[in-house]
Amino acid sequence: MADLKVTVAGVEFANPLIAASGTFGFGHEYSEFYPLSTLGGISCKGITLKERPGNPPPRIAETPSGMLNAVGLQNPGVDHFIEKDLPWLRQQGTKILANIAGNTPEEYCQMAEKLSDSDVDMVELNISCPNVKQGGVQFGTSCAGVEGIVSAVRKYCRKPLVVKLSPNVSDIGEIAVAAEAAGADALSMINTLTGMRIDIRTRRPIIRNNTGGLSGPAVFPVAVRMVWQASSRVHIPIIGMGGVSRWEDVVELMLAGASAIQIGTVLFSDPYAPVKILDGLRSYLDSNGIASVTELTGKIQAY
Amino acid sequence: MKYDVRICEILKKEEIAKGIYDLTVEAGELAEKAQPGQFAQIYIPGKTLRRPISICSADAAQRTMRFVFEIRGDGTKLLSEIQEGQSLDILAPLGQGFCLGDTSRRALFVGGGIGTPPLLYAARKFGGNASVALGFRNAEAVILEKDFRDAGCKVQIATDDGSYGYHGLVIDCIGQEMPEVVFACGPGPMLRAVSKFAADRGIPCQISLEERMACGIGACLGCACKILRDGREVYGHVCKDGPVFDAQEIVWEVG
Repeated sequence: MADLKVTVAGVEFANPLIAASGTFGFGHEYSEFYPLSTLGGISCKGITLKERPGNPPPRIAETPSGMLNAVGLQNPGVDHFIEKDLPWLRQQGTKILANIAGNTPEEYCQMAEKLSDSDVDMVELNISCPNVKQGGVQFGTSCAGVEGIVSAVRKYCRKPLVVKLSPNVSDIGEIAVAAEAAGADALSMINTLTGMRIDIRTRRPIIRNNTGGLSGPAVFPVAVRMVWQASSRVHIPIIGMGGVSRWEDVVELMLAGASAIQIGTVLFSDPYAPVKILDGLRSYLDSNGIASVTELTGKIQAY
Repeated sequence: MKYDVRICEILKKEEIAKGIYDLTVEAGELAEKAQPGQFAQIYIPGKTLRRPISICSADAAQRTMRFVFEIRGDGTKLLSEIQEGQSLDILAPLGQGFCLGDTSRRALFVGGGIGTPPLLYAARKFGGNASVALGFRNAEAVILEKDFRDAGCKVQIATDDGSYGYHGLVIDCIGQEMPEVVFACGPGPMLRAVSKFAADRGIPCQISLEERMACGIGACLGCACKILRDGREVYGHVCKDGPVFDAQEIVWEVG
């Protein structure tokens, strides 16, 4: 039996699959299907310093091989998360990533400080949310912005710090280097690509926010390319994500350079996807005589 | 488990009006769990998102569930092309259904168009105590009239063009009703009017809403709708807090 354990920034995951932030809430709903320990980890719904109501509906639009969302970080706030959601989640036998987003660097720092005293395993810095007016992606689309926010949060964050990168940039390699230089322990990528759909009858955008974040199989090749480009530029591990929906995608993204994988949109069509992907991954490793899944990371033979 | 995924064979499929399909599936234990007003998320091969479809009725003894849906776009078009003997991947039962309470009360059910099917299962529980008012575009679009009559309900039909039943809006043919509880599902303006009808008379009213949806179980927060909770306006979610809401809880958006 192949070993599925992976280690990212000193945190050991039982397997490389992590539920992606925003697709899994705080875990309760999916615990109806299987024990949450099925997953290596869970990246919780993005949290902010204070409760956020989120964007007006409609928030969702389907697209060819994907979907747009503009939920707008609806969440109960960091204190509620620590007091009400985390204790139950902590008992589920999986690693917990707290995904945080702020309007200002100070808000990010305050949250990082609070979470450093909590039971979470890692902090995932969301500097790539395309669906909120302030903060979010504005910190994540220039090297100076990334360096500024990551170095500020680094001073307050005593947990392993994962920086979640936006794909809406011209040179992902430069951004990855900036995050590493500023003190990131790992990178996670890619967040959604900004997209838009218009209803041709009403001439109105389908999403009330006008634009939304594109996810699903449609973005997978972009994720592979960006993980590959970033991994050649940095020494810290990368948690790859973006449209992963089959075990073959996990293998592919790890070959491109990922050390662990987040899955999200596929859960909407198949809540049991993690179970199926892990089964497929195990058989693949066993039938190819690969002793540990970690042997895949970065083993692309590029031209 | 409250809900689960199951592969369900289609036992019966019929086009009951133009573009409106009636499916009965073998649903096993899901049929025993399903409550009136709940819904299912049906997987459509090749689509990223499941399609939320209301449960028209469920039969625990026969272990079947029935869905009546209208072709609204690509997904429901594909769903309409799946044949008897083939299977559907169904996630159900989902959401908060109608809270029926005492079924010896006089109940009024108001449905508009494709908002009619989710009322049938609940109306059956009230039987002869149910008065049902349904509105459609025209005679060709009328669905489920016989099903409600077979359940013992008193049925009134209204059509926009007068080609069948009352000529006009369904809300205009319920003025004389004296119900003790109201249940409704249909287009927004109809629901607002029904909500006002009940509020004016001080009668409890439950309304089933719809919204574009992704996960269907309350994790992604996609299907937001504005509701009052503890005196303040918040975004609840149709899939988990609903689809059925107390009418007084709904914050109607203008325009």
